[in-house]
Amino acid sequence: MHRYLFVLWRPVQLLPVLFGISVLVFAMMRAIPGDPARMLLGVRSTPEAIARIRAQFGLDEPLWLQYVYFVRNLMHGEMGKSIIYRVDTLKLVDARLPPTVLLVAGSVLLAVMIALPLATGAARHRGRVLDHLIRLVSTIGLGLPAFWLAIMVILLFSVSLGWFPVSGYGSDWLERLHHLFLPCLTVALALSAVLTRNLRASLLTELQSDYVTAARARGASENRIFWRHVMPNSLIPTINLLAVNIGWLIGGSVVIETVFAIPGLGQLLVKAIVSRDYMVVQGVVLVFALATVAVNLLADLLTVALDPRVKP
Amino acid sequence: MSAATGIARVGRRALPRGSTLSVGIAILAGWLLLALLCPWIAPYDPIAQDADATLLPPHAAHLFGTDNFGRDLLSRVLWGARVDLQMCVVGVAFPFVFGTVIGAVSGYVGGVLDTLLMRLIDIVLAFPFLVLMLAIITILGPGLGSFYIAMALVGWVSYARLVRAQVLTLKQRGFVVAARSLGYRRGRILFLHLLPNALTSSIVFAMSDCVLVLLSGASVSYLGLGVQPPTAEWGVMVAEGQGFITTAWWITTFPGFAIVVLATGFSFVADGLGDRLGARP
Repeated sequence: MHRYLFVLWRPVQLLPVLFGISVLVFAMMRAIPGDPARMLLGVRSTPEAIARIRAQFGLDEPLWLQYVYFVRNLMHGEMGKSIIYRVDTLKLVDARLPPTVLLVAGSVLLAVMIALPLATGAARHRGRVLDHLIRLVSTIGLGLPAFWLAIMVILLFSVSLGWFPVSGYGSDWLERLHHLFLPCLTVALALSAVLTRNLRASLLTELQSDYVTAARARGASENRIFWRHVMPNSLIPTINLLAVNIGWLIGGSVVIETVFAIPGLGQLLVKAIVSRDYMVVQGVVLVFALATVAVNLLADLLTVALDPRVKP
Repeated sequence: MSAATGIARVGRRALPRGSTLSVGIAILAGWLLLALLCPWIAPYDPIAQDADATLLPPHAAHLFGTDNFGRDLLSRVLWGARVDLQMCVVGVAFPFVFGTVIGAVSGYVGGVLDTLLMRLIDIVLAFPFLVLMLAIITILGPGLGSFYIAMALVGWVSYARLVRAQVLTLKQRGFVVAARSLGYRRGRILFLHLLPNALTSSIVFAMSDCVLVLLSGASVSYLGLGVQPPTAEWGVMVAEGQGFITTAWWITTFPGFAIVVLATGFSFVADGLGDRLGARP
C-alpha cells in the first residue's frame, strides 16, 4: 500500500473498535440494576422528568433501538444530564479537559527529560556501576505507587521546602504551571522508569546493528554514531511505547488529580463514581477511551512518517 | 501489548546476573512469612484504637508510630501484608487462567472465533486499564470482590494475546504434527502438548503483572473504592494518613514503603525468571 494512503486507511480500520467502545459504554449503564430512568435522575425525580428521559433514551423500546437512540444523542452532542451538576455531561467534560491534557503532556515531557540522560548513561556504560545503578533505580521505580509518591513529593517540596503549592489549580497561566509542576513530576517519575528501561534496551539493540559496524569502519566517531545514528533509531520505538502507555498515563492522572485536587477529568470521574452520577461516569469513560484510540492512531501515523523502513 | 502491560512488560536485569532472582524470591518469601506469622509477631491488634496514644511518632513502644486513632502502624503494616499479598495472588490468578484458556483456544482453533476474540481484545485495550476497572467497580459497588471481578474482566486480554501468539508459532512444530498424526483429540493436543510449552512467557508476565495488580489494588483502595476501612490495607492506610502529612508523616510513609518493597520483589523475580527461562514477554 502507498505510504500516504495509510493515513486515510488506518482510521477506517479503527471503526470496529469505535463501534465496540460505544456498545461497551452503552452496555455498562444498562448493567446497573434498577430502573435506568430513575437512576439517571436520582431519587427525588418527578414523573414528568422520568417520562422525558424515557422518551429521550427510548427506554421503552427494544435494546438495539435504545442503542440507536444512544448513538443519535451522542451525534447531537448530548450525553445525558449530570444529576449533581444539572448540566449535560459534555459541557462538564469540556470544562475539565484542559487540566488533564496539560497534566498528561507535562508528565510526558518531564519523563522524557529524565529518561533520556539515564538511558544514555546506562547504555554507554553497559555493565559498569552506573548501568547497574540506573537499572536498579528504574526497577524500583516500576513499583512506586503514584498516590504515595505524590504525597512524598508534597511532603518534600511543599511542606518542608515550601517551593510549590500543596494542591489546587490556580487562575492564570503562570499559577497553573506552578500548581501543575508537582503532579507532572510525580507521574513523570513513575513513567520515566518504564521509559529508561525500554530506551536502554533499544539503544543496546541498535548499537549492535550492522550500520553501526559500517559507520565504525568508515571511521566515524563514537559520539557521532551514537547521537546521529543510534539515538534517532531508538527513539522511534519510544514514541510507540508512549502511545501504549497513554492508557496507563490516563489512569495515573485519575489518581494524581484526586491527590492534588486538580479540577480535571480524572477528579470528575472519581467524584461521579462516589456520588453515583452515572451519566458523568459514562461520559468520562467514553472520552478517555476515544482519547486513547486517538493517541495510538497519532503514534502509528508518526512512526510511518518518521521511519521509512516501517511498512504500513 | 496493552496500555496496562506496557509498564510491566519490559524486563532488564537490575542486579548482577543470577542475584536478581534470588533477591526477588527472598523479598517475596520474607513478606509471605511476615503475613503468615502476623498474629504472633504483630505487637498490637491492627484495628484496636487507643485514645491515649494517638499520632505518636516512631519510638520504642511503637516502632512505626501510631495513627490518629492510636492504632499501632507496625501492626497495621504487617496485617496489611495479608490483604495486599492476597490481592496480588487472586488478582493475577483469574486473568491468568481466563486469558490463557481463551488465548490458547483462539490461537489453536483460529477462523471466525479467533477474529472475533482479537477484535474484542482490541476493544478492551482501547480503554485505559484503571478507568475501565473503575467503571466496572461503579456498576458492582465498591469492595475487594468488585476489584477481583473487574481485574478478571480487564486483565485477561494480555495473557490471551501472549498465549495466542505462542500457540500460533508452536502449532507448526513437529511435536504437534506428530501428536496429530497419532490421532489424538484436539483438546488433548492443545491442553497437554501445546499449552505447557506456551506457558513460559505468560508465567514470567504474571510476575510483572503482580506489580501492576498490587499498584492498581492499592490505588483503587486509596480512592475509597476497594478494600474498606478499618481493614488494614496499605493503600487505605496511605489515604487515612494523607490528612496528617504536615503533623504525622509516618502514617503515610511506612505503608507506601511496604508497597514499594513488595513490588520490587515481584519485579526482581520477573526479571530474573525472564533471564533464566529466556522468555521476554
